[in-house]
Amino acid sequence: MSSAMYERMRANPKFQELVARRGRFAWTLAFIVLTMFYGFVMVVAFNPASLGQPLSEGSMLTVGVVVELFMFIFFWALTAVYVRRANTEFDSLTQEIVKEAWKENK
Amino acid sequence: MRRLTQLITALGLVAVAAMAYAGGPLEGVTEKQATNWHAIIMFCIFVTMTMGITYWAASRTKSTADFYTAGGGITGFQNGLAIAGDYMSAATLLGLTAMVYGQGYDGYIYMLAFFAGWPVILFLMAERLRNLGKFTFSDITAYRLDQGKVRTMAAISSLTVVCFYLIAQMVGAGQLIKLLFGLDYNVAIFAVGILMMVYVTFGGMVATTWVQIIKACMLLAGGTLVMFLAFGQFGFSFQTLVEKATAVHKLGPKLMFPGSLLADPVTAISLGLGLMFGTAGLPHILMRFFTVTDAKEARKSVLYASGFVAYFFNVIFIMGLCGILIVGQNPEFFEGGVVGAKMIGGGNMVAMHLAKAVGGNMLLGFLAAVAFATILAVVSGLALAGASAISHDIYARVIMKGQASEATEIRVSKIATICLGAVAIVLGILFEKQNIAFMVGLAFGVAAAANFPVLILSMYWKGLTTRGALFGGYGGLVSAVLFVVFSKSVWVDVLHNAAPLFPYTQPALFAMPIAFLLAYIFSKTDTSVRAGKEIEAFEDQYVRAQTGYGAESASKH
Repeated sequence: MSSAMYERMRANPKFQELVARRGRFAWTLAFIVLTMFYGFVMVVAFNPASLGQPLSEGSMLTVGVVVELFMFIFFWALTAVYVRRANTEFDSLTQEIVKEAWKENK
Repeated sequence: MRRLTQLITALGLVAVAAMAYAGGPLEGVTEKQATNWHAIIMFCIFVTMTMGITYWAASRTKSTADFYTAGGGITGFQNGLAIAGDYMSAATLLGLTAMVYGQGYDGYIYMLAFFAGWPVILFLMAERLRNLGKFTFSDITAYRLDQGKVRTMAAISSLTVVCFYLIAQMVGAGQLIKLLFGLDYNVAIFAVGILMMVYVTFGGMVATTWVQIIKACMLLAGGTLVMFLAFGQFGFSFQTLVEKATAVHKLGPKLMFPGSLLADPVTAISLGLGLMFGTAGLPHILMRFFTVTDAKEARKSVLYASGFVAYFFNVIFIMGLCGILIVGQNPEFFEGGVVGAKMIGGGNMVAMHLAKAVGGNMLLGFLAAVAFATILAVVSGLALAGASAISHDIYARVIMKGQASEATEIRVSKIATICLGAVAIVLGILFEKQNIAFMVGLAFGVAAAANFPVLILSMYWKGLTTRGALFGGYGGLVSAVLFVVFSKSVWVDVLHNAAPLFPYTQPALFAMPIAFLLAYIFSKTDTSVRAGKEIEAFEDQYVRAQTGYGAESASKH
């Protein structure tokens, strides 16, 4: 847990790559969630009538219900996408970084 | 950060009414009902099961790591269930069903607002929390800062949050149990307090987590069953259900339109801030991130937790709509037998009445037992979080400076749990007749203003120093408490003054910027040698946060 280990990891270009790639990915996903949700709330605030429209003539399924159900599923799917990529790609990159730092240590 | 602010604004717009509804059982005194034997028997079965688990857990709880974090050996799936359990309280089941029943589509919007915070917590916080933390979130804030001072500060604000939240839960529990089980208020308070002490002192985090998991499964199963039985009456056709519901509901076709969302934007935004960042600053929720093996499992737990929460919210939506027809049109559930009069037991009872209508007394008893179990599980988690702040932060790290043996540390945390249990019982009885709706808002406000800013800055901002953290933390704590004391809910409603000194009831919008600003100013102007070292130490902390190298690993059994 020595500072030297951290120093070596930081010097590894793979570490910079990990931080940049994961950071970009996480912020992109967060941005998608926040924009969609915020956009939805703006519609709720300023054009509520549009959400009450039926999907097709005579249907009781409204645009609002469908949009919201979609967001529940889509947001959850995004968490699944993040977890999958972080638990495979990012984690193996992390392991490489730690392993290489250990090797230099010896 | 700007995107976050936008989200908060959005959340704020929709959160107000949700809290108003969810706070239902906390307001005022409920009527005692006839003793409900089905519910009591089913609850006894739940208690027997959880006691068995506690007995088993006690044999596995030997080290401090076992006690605080179940040895870090909880899997992502189990932890996901436990987090979902922490999130889906009795207020969620009763309050949100009642909201869909009363407001239709609005209730669905609020549920999305509650849900949307989870992906953001996963993307931006979960990994760093797991990689840096050990037992309490102060492990993260004090990572490179002055241990004694920063931990004391974090422990004080954690205990403040825990106490307010405990009072709210205890009083809510007493009222709800009186209503659902027909038990005396004081009996209910003692039952909750004593059961909680047994779970936590003997079983530690292992038992607390399993109580939460069992309860989450019961809640999911019970809710799903009620939804199926009720929805089946409409041939599982959303079309038929909505057609009939809009035909009888007082809102008519407006039932499926967004309704009265923008009552008072400032209060709404402030509450939204408190809800979202409060969740990310509640000690008993943060503690859940340390019970898993590594960052991989921490991510999985959020995936499972948010999946269960999203599923359950949709179940509640259908339950609420079915309630409009099955409960709302049945005179049996209204006082005096008149449809449209005051609902028996109050508006929050829709879910319970629905269970009775579709599944008889057995299902009602089951759902009532689930509600009791829910409160018990949440109270246990709170007590454990409070006890760990006392024993791990204050006793082991501040007083003994890390020299305490594990055995004495565990003993201190058990004594702390019993003291917290006793305090909870006494406060629960003292506050019986008080309107304690403001307590939940206060707990979230303090969590958002005192815990969250220092926590997020310590993870993301290199420049944070001990001086900045102390001013930010204490500043957030004091301002959140003062804003609430001077607001209508305490200054007028409790202290009976004529007019509030502070016009808004929710502190977060005002207290959070104060905390961030103080932390920033006093860090920036801190030119001491120690501050320089603390800023340097961020580099190592950053590598650990990103890679998990040096993070606490699971203890071997």
